Amino acid sequence: MATAKTTSGPGGSIAGAARDAILAGVVALGIFGPLVGLKTEQNMQNELVITTRWGLVAIIVGIVIAGRFLLTTTIWPAMTRNKLRDKPPATAGEVAFRARLARWFAPTGLVFLFIYPALMVYFLGFQGSLKWVDNFGIQILIYVMLGWGLNIVVGLAGLLDLGYVAFYAVGAYSYALLATHFGLSFWLLLPMAGILAAMWGIMLGFPVLRLRGDYLAIVTLAFGEIIRLVLINFRELTNGSAGISSIPKITFFGIYSFDVSAPNNFAKVWGLAMSSAYYKIFLYYLILLLALLTAFVTLRLRKLPVGRAWEALREDEIACRSLGINTTNTKLTAFALGAMFGGFAGSFFAARQGFVSPESFTFMESAVIVAIVVLGGMGSMIGVALAAVAMIGGTELLRELDFLKAVFGEGFDPDQFRMLIFGLAMVLVMIWKPRGFVSAREPTVFLTERKSISSSLVKEGHG
Amino acid sequence: MSSVLSSEQTPRPWTADPVLTVEHVQMRFGGLVAVNDLSFEVGRGDITALIGPNGAGKTTVFNCITGFYKPTQGMLLLKHAAGDTFLLERMPDFRISAKAKVARTFQNIRLFSGMTLLENLLVAQHNRLMLASGMTILGVLGMPSYKRAEKESIETAKFWLDKTGLTARADDPAGDLPYGAQRRLEIARAMCTGPELLCLDEPAAGLNPRESAELNTLLLDIRQMGKTSILLIEHDMSVVMEISDHVVVLEYGVKISDGTPSEVRNDPRVIAAYLGVDDEEVEKVEEQLDELTEGATP
Amino acid sequence: MEIFLQQLINGITLGSIYGLIAIGYTMVFGIIGMVNFAHGDVFMVSAFIAMIFFLLFTTVLGVSSVIMALIAVMIIAMVLTGLLNWAIERVAYRPLRGSFRLAPLISAIGMSIVLSNFIQVAQGPRNKPLPPVLSGTITLMERNNFAATISYKQILIWVVTAVLLAGFWYVVQKTPLGRAQRACEQDRKMAALLGVNVDRTISLTFVMGAALAAVAGTLYLTYYGVVNFSDGFTPGVKAFTAAVLGGIGSLPGAVLGGLLIGLIETFWSGYFSIDYKDVAAFSILAIVLIFMPQGLLGRPEVEKV
Ligand SMILES: Nc1ncnc2c1ncn2[C@@H]1O[C@H](COP(=O)(O)OP(=O)(O)OP(=O)(O)O)[C@@H](O)[C@H]1O
Ligand SMILES: [Mg+2]
Repeated sequence: MATAKTTSGPGGSIAGAARDAILAGVVALGIFGPLVGLKTEQNMQNELVITTRWGLVAIIVGIVIAGRFLLTTTIWPAMTRNKLRDKPPATAGEVAFRARLARWFAPTGLVFLFIYPALMVYFLGFQGSLKWVDNFGIQILIYVMLGWGLNIVVGLAGLLDLGYVAFYAVGAYSYALLATHFGLSFWLLLPMAGILAAMWGIMLGFPVLRLRGDYLAIVTLAFGEIIRLVLINFRELTNGSAGISSIPKITFFGIYSFDVSAPNNFAKVWGLAMSSAYYKIFLYYLILLLALLTAFVTLRLRKLPVGRAWEALREDEIACRSLGINTTNTKLTAFALGAMFGGFAGSFFAARQGFVSPESFTFMESAVIVAIVVLGGMGSMIGVALAAVAMIGGTELLRELDFLKAVFGEGFDPDQFRMLIFGLAMVLVMIWKPRGFVSAREPTVFLTERKSISSSLVKEGHG
Repeated sequence: MSSVLSSEQTPRPWTADPVLTVEHVQMRFGGLVAVNDLSFEVGRGDITALIGPNGAGKTTVFNCITGFYKPTQGMLLLKHAAGDTFLLERMPDFRISAKAKVARTFQNIRLFSGMTLLENLLVAQHNRLMLASGMTILGVLGMPSYKRAEKESIETAKFWLDKTGLTARADDPAGDLPYGAQRRLEIARAMCTGPELLCLDEPAAGLNPRESAELNTLLLDIRQMGKTSILLIEHDMSVVMEISDHVVVLEYGVKISDGTPSEVRNDPRVIAAYLGVDDEEVEKVEEQLDELTEGATP
Repeated sequence: MEIFLQQLINGITLGSIYGLIAIGYTMVFGIIGMVNFAHGDVFMVSAFIAMIFFLLFTTVLGVSSVIMALIAVMIIAMVLTGLLNWAIERVAYRPLRGSFRLAPLISAIGMSIVLSNFIQVAQGPRNKPLPPVLSGTITLMERNNFAATISYKQILIWVVTAVLLAGFWYVVQKTPLGRAQRACEQDRKMAALLGVNVDRTISLTFVMGAALAAVAGTLYLTYYGVVNFSDGFTPGVKAFTAAVLGGIGSLPGAVLGGLLIGLIETFWSGYFSIDYKDVAAFSILAIVLIFMPQGLLGRPEVEKV
């Protein structure tokens, strides 16, 4: 503890830190003692009985005490020291490096995304690549697309929408219903799902976009829940909680089918071994293109008057009105556009799963998408993509922790801890970087020199 | 009354072709009457000053003119040089700026602080650019007509950056500017909307004497250009007296004086209002004045 | 008439629980302007604490008086849940105070995920049923084989809610703590300058909100006799709806809103369809916010230009 002594100054603070750590331990004991130490389980007679796990409680409390002690004696002093020490001004080399990194990051990332399935197939074979293309690639890209779609509403226009999943659901159910009932093709229904979602966005947005502050967040949350509850209860149309199954697969632009029984099955036509990997790789590229479409449109719009008006709205709505901007319409376009991309993603989701049910469109889903936008840094496309990779990829990786079974025994299910860790990560990232990963704002236009804008000046909007 | 007397003596050029006519405007917040039965004119091409002690209701008048508040009574008539007329009290706020061409600044500056100066000035030209971008569609497709319109807008922005001495900082975020520069940028932003009437809420507040003098030059410059009439709220009497053609004085939401700067300066009611003399003394002063005038013109 | 009376009784019971939770939302929003999304899950955790201690008292320690056990359980749940919320505020919200406005909201959403999943991991995903307690009822009215009844449990809930609200009202209106809270609500900087310990006041606000949620949790457990790790969300959102309906920031508003939401829900189920009862609650939330954003008893927000 030599370091602790030198950094925390007078010796009394070690005693203080110890007292503090003990206090934290007592609090931890109060909280974890009953909730962890007294486990309730149903016995054969369906009665609850208590089994005790004091050892586990002792471990947790011990960790809390040690952690708190380390935090107060070592980590915090070190952090304040770092903050206090004047950072040497970045050298020209560093600045150039950072600029180059920023310039090269997006293109390199793009190239990687395009060759990713090929890499997976090359290293793991078609069957082996399935998991990495589907569970990781497609899953993450869906959230990247949702994050980018919501980014228009939350990040650019500064309107906090906690019911974004409603539009995702509208897209998914539009495709599911119209494809199963009328046998319409995905390629027709994709734009239709987007338009339907956008119309819902306008319909819901019109009354609520006048609202200020957190009220908007709450009404959108309410709308999200209403749509989910209607999906559950309107059984005649939606088949209730049981959901809609056997949703047709997407065809390769009508040329090839991925149905095993179809005569124009992709593998059959090309004389390949049957595998679901082709379909997954096709889906991967499809969602990649959809996500890139979202990014392209957003980047384009940011440089147009409507995009600038969104950002101005986030900065100061009253000033916008004083400059003759119709704020209601401007908000509605953001809302409708965000909804449209949500709708696209939804119909893709329905086609990929082959099954939709209200389960997939809970508030938690909205919360995760908002979290991705905020963790990424509001308004930053790269940041949002990084956050989606970190949060969704990270939790998917946690499914892979089977080796922990060897440590904790067979009964241990690492999957249970997935969401727990996800939630903890949300809290920790917010504390570490309240403004998200990439918080600086890039100006949309410049006279002589493009300088990025520090996040401390950028407002977060009011809604 | 003395002010009435004096008004009969001098011509009132601003009544000839007013850009804005305020008639019997009242603004009530619950029990509080912030502006009561207020009538005055803003002459075309003039710099008109609206002055009065704190809480007199000046900002409220601005909010009524620019549509942020709906007056509980009265009429606000705006007349363009081209002859179009607008009843401002019937228009929503953003249309007042877009159609009636009334621009304003705010007492507590409202810039888009996370956007660059140039972006601030482009947002101000939103409606024109929106049309040029074919409501976004042509813009997304990258049509040359939009490119041209954007270039023109940047030229306009450059012009006003130049006028306000902010060209060097065009690519910096507005929130980084020092206070005085922020005030100037707000004026530049308002001017980028191409207004017929510019309403400035305490533009000189917090400026040092040099900045204040620069502001005077800027305002006189804008008047010189001839398209924009200016209505300004100001506490700094030196600014008011130096540049304004016409002064309207409010106290407790009521107009107490209206005339040329020199008339207003010598109006005992104004003096009383600013020196905080109570009503009795005002009456005394008025009586004395009346006696004097009666004595002078038997 | 019987149906009406029955729904009224059920509605007030449910509304009392919502009202108790809603106070936690409204107080936190009033003092730091934050929507504490984790509050519903704090309520759920409190119900688990109550469940565990009730079991401990009745099966392990052999306490025979159900009422004594319930009172003890409620007090323990209030203390421990208060402690939990105190810790949450310290760890997850305080470091974010005064920073980016969305940060505490996201942190709270994260905390809500943590709490429900922690309980799932620690106590298992299955429902936790308790043996029925206080199962007697009193028949108030009877016609055509339909009786309007009030159960002992319902009476207990009404009495406990009324007593606690009275005590709570006293604390907020008459004690220095309540005064400090109101001062912080008005202007936190000024309150700090005048010597109010703002951090402590905010902490105590979280503790008080959690204690009331724990009362609600204990009553919920007694009423329904079962609790699950996912039970935080829906009552949480409804209580939040109640807080908004009553006018967020207003304490009587929270109670009034809670009662209204409870009544709407039971009457809707009783007279229309049980399917859409939650839709009704959320629709009312949306309608109230659109047409009366300040809620029933809240102060209107003036937009100063
Ligand atoms: N939205 C509102 N709601 C209630 N009262 C208001 C509102 N806006 C202004 N007032 C009241 O109207 C009166 C006039 O306010 P106003 O801001 O117009 O004064 P002012 O002349 O601009 O003063 P200052 O020189 O301090 O800027 C004040 O008493 C103020 O409190
Ligand atoms: Mg003012």
